[in-house]
Amino acid sequence: MLTIKDLHVQLEEEEKQILKGVDLEIEPGKVHAIMGPNGSGKSTLSYVLSGRDGYEVTKGSATLDGEDILEMEPEERAAAGLFLAFQYPVEIPGVGNMTFLRTAVNSQRAARGEEDVSAADFLKLIREKAKALKIDADMLKRPVNVGFSGGEKKRNEILQMAVLEPKMCILDETDSGLDVDAMKLVSDGVNALRNAGRSFLVITHYQRLLDHIKPDVVHIMADGKIVKSGGPELALEVENNGYGDLLAETA
Amino acid sequence: MQALRDLKQSTTRTRLSDLKFEEGAAWANQSRAAARDRVASMGLPHKRDEYWKFTDPSSLVEAQPTPAAVFEAGETPVFGEVDRLKIVFVDGVFDADASDPLEIEGLEILRLSEVFTRDIHWAKDLYGVLEARGQSPVERPFAALNTAFATDGVVIRATVQVSRPINLIYHHRDTKSDAILHHLIKVEEGADLTVLETGPAAARFNKVMEIDIADKGAFHHVRAQGRDHERRAVTGTFARLGTESAFKSFTLTANGVLTRNECVIELTGDDAIAHVAGAAVGDGDDFHHDDTVFITHDAVNCESRQVFKKVLRNGAVGVFQGKILVKEGAQKTDGYQISQSLLLDGDSQFLAKPELEIYADDVICSHGSTSGAIDEDALFYLRSRGVEPGKATDLLTLAFLAEALDEIENEALAEDLRHRLEAWLARRRS
Repeated sequence: MLTIKDLHVQLEEEEKQILKGVDLEIEPGKVHAIMGPNGSGKSTLSYVLSGRDGYEVTKGSATLDGEDILEMEPEERAAAGLFLAFQYPVEIPGVGNMTFLRTAVNSQRAARGEEDVSAADFLKLIREKAKALKIDADMLKRPVNVGFSGGEKKRNEILQMAVLEPKMCILDETDSGLDVDAMKLVSDGVNALRNAGRSFLVITHYQRLLDHIKPDVVHIMADGKIVKSGGPELALEVENNGYGDLLAETA
Repeated sequence: MQALRDLKQSTTRTRLSDLKFEEGAAWANQSRAAARDRVASMGLPHKRDEYWKFTDPSSLVEAQPTPAAVFEAGETPVFGEVDRLKIVFVDGVFDADASDPLEIEGLEILRLSEVFTRDIHWAKDLYGVLEARGQSPVERPFAALNTAFATDGVVIRATVQVSRPINLIYHHRDTKSDAILHHLIKVEEGADLTVLETGPAAARFNKVMEIDIADKGAFHHVRAQGRDHERRAVTGTFARLGTESAFKSFTLTANGVLTRNECVIELTGDDAIAHVAGAAVGDGDDFHHDDTVFITHDAVNCESRQVFKKVLRNGAVGVFQGKILVKEGAQKTDGYQISQSLLLDGDSQFLAKPELEIYADDVICSHGSTSGAIDEDALFYLRSRGVEPGKATDLLTLAFLAEALDEIENEALAEDLRHRLEAWLARRRS
């Protein structure tokens, strides 16, 4: 599904190297987690994959089902099936959440040469998906993320994921700012989307999210590289011993 | 200064020498002669005048209008879906065939040209009166010119709450037309009236509307200035508000080489409300749009709001000059003013002059003015969800304008204008 090879990335502005050779292969239907200390490059990886400005790829490649995504515009990546759940979802005053969702769905459909979804069908779809995430009618009516609590913003991200049905989902610290109940709700939302054709890359600091979203593979990232990969037990090791030991071990 | 004054006097004399008004009833002749004298003594404006430094008035001063191509929009008329009484002017000339019969319950509607011939009519106490009051402290020579030489207009008196709006429709068919229309509106105690104005009107259009709102009266005004790219317009809206009355005006402007919309409001009765809003979208260095507003609080516990938004690209220019004057004794005034521009590129510019002048000590007055580019984070967020940048920019542009459009109380009218804006933006994309 997602293949990243020797990816080197630096900041456009200051030639600061952030990713220093990331290799990653995510198979269809698998959940991979990336853990790592602050500043290790986890979020940068998610931004680069989604096409945010400000980063320059100096070496390496990233492909989604064989297609070079680094050459694509952000909207083309989305249409190709890539989705990033933001660590800090953006507030857009004046744009209703429903309008936003419908525009996104129809834009992706148009990119795939499909007809717009009818207003009635869309409403039905949204209501059903929103209900599972405990997103009420009011949240759908309000401007995108404006006045939403941290938990509401993250639930709204998962709602978008549920509606857009991407094949490759990247969750950037989706657990940050969530209390236990919200984490459960968000995790349930993600788990409901798991299937044989859809892959996940879960970026997180903490092991606790991985209690809810069980990963197949866990990677540890440090200083712009993946330094260790293993099964779910690796996350527990981090939880118990911190990153210090692991990093010392790989150094 | 003397040189400027001499220059203005000379151009004004030349202009006035070309203009004549048709003689009518004595009061009309007097009002119009007085207005002509006002223009003569003020002189028509020059770019070096303080109130015209952002907008060059020369094409409005010249004897002949600059020709303007007629633009076929090829779409359904604005507010076409709304049940309304249509009053049509073509290049400033009343078109009886295209208009509905001027009859509606609770309304008295006459043509100004007809009223001018009547010896006795309430219009004599309103015609040119609010315009003349509005000449101080800031001169508005084009409005006085209008009072002197208007050829027609409508004279409306509302005595009850009228739900069906009056739509003044201004067609532009002659590339060289130079139209001067003057409307008088009197909203009696407790009455409620909605007036819509749509269309480009003429190659050059000078329009004044004087609105006198009695106690507990309400006046709603929604305007969509025509999309003819080359048209020029200078408009003056003069309103006087009685106790517990309300005045709400919204203007949408898309295209137009030159638009100067002046709005002069006097809150003379306690607990009155005045809201003036506008949304302007301009594309290209031949777009120039100017909102000039002056609101005077001269009573207790009145509220005023000015909300103006402009989206400018490819060298378009937007101007806002807004003032709130709170007179001595106008306590508990609540004045608000915001003017914002969204500059879609580095070539466009927004010039703003917000002013507050306050002589009462127990008031709330706030004002703000901003110019900004599109929010890159929001743009990326939309793109990451699959929305292509043009569409995403449109969505953010509409969001930017929403606050101004929200000032329109009638949802059907607001929705119509929203769709026009969407279409306008979409056309710019293709």
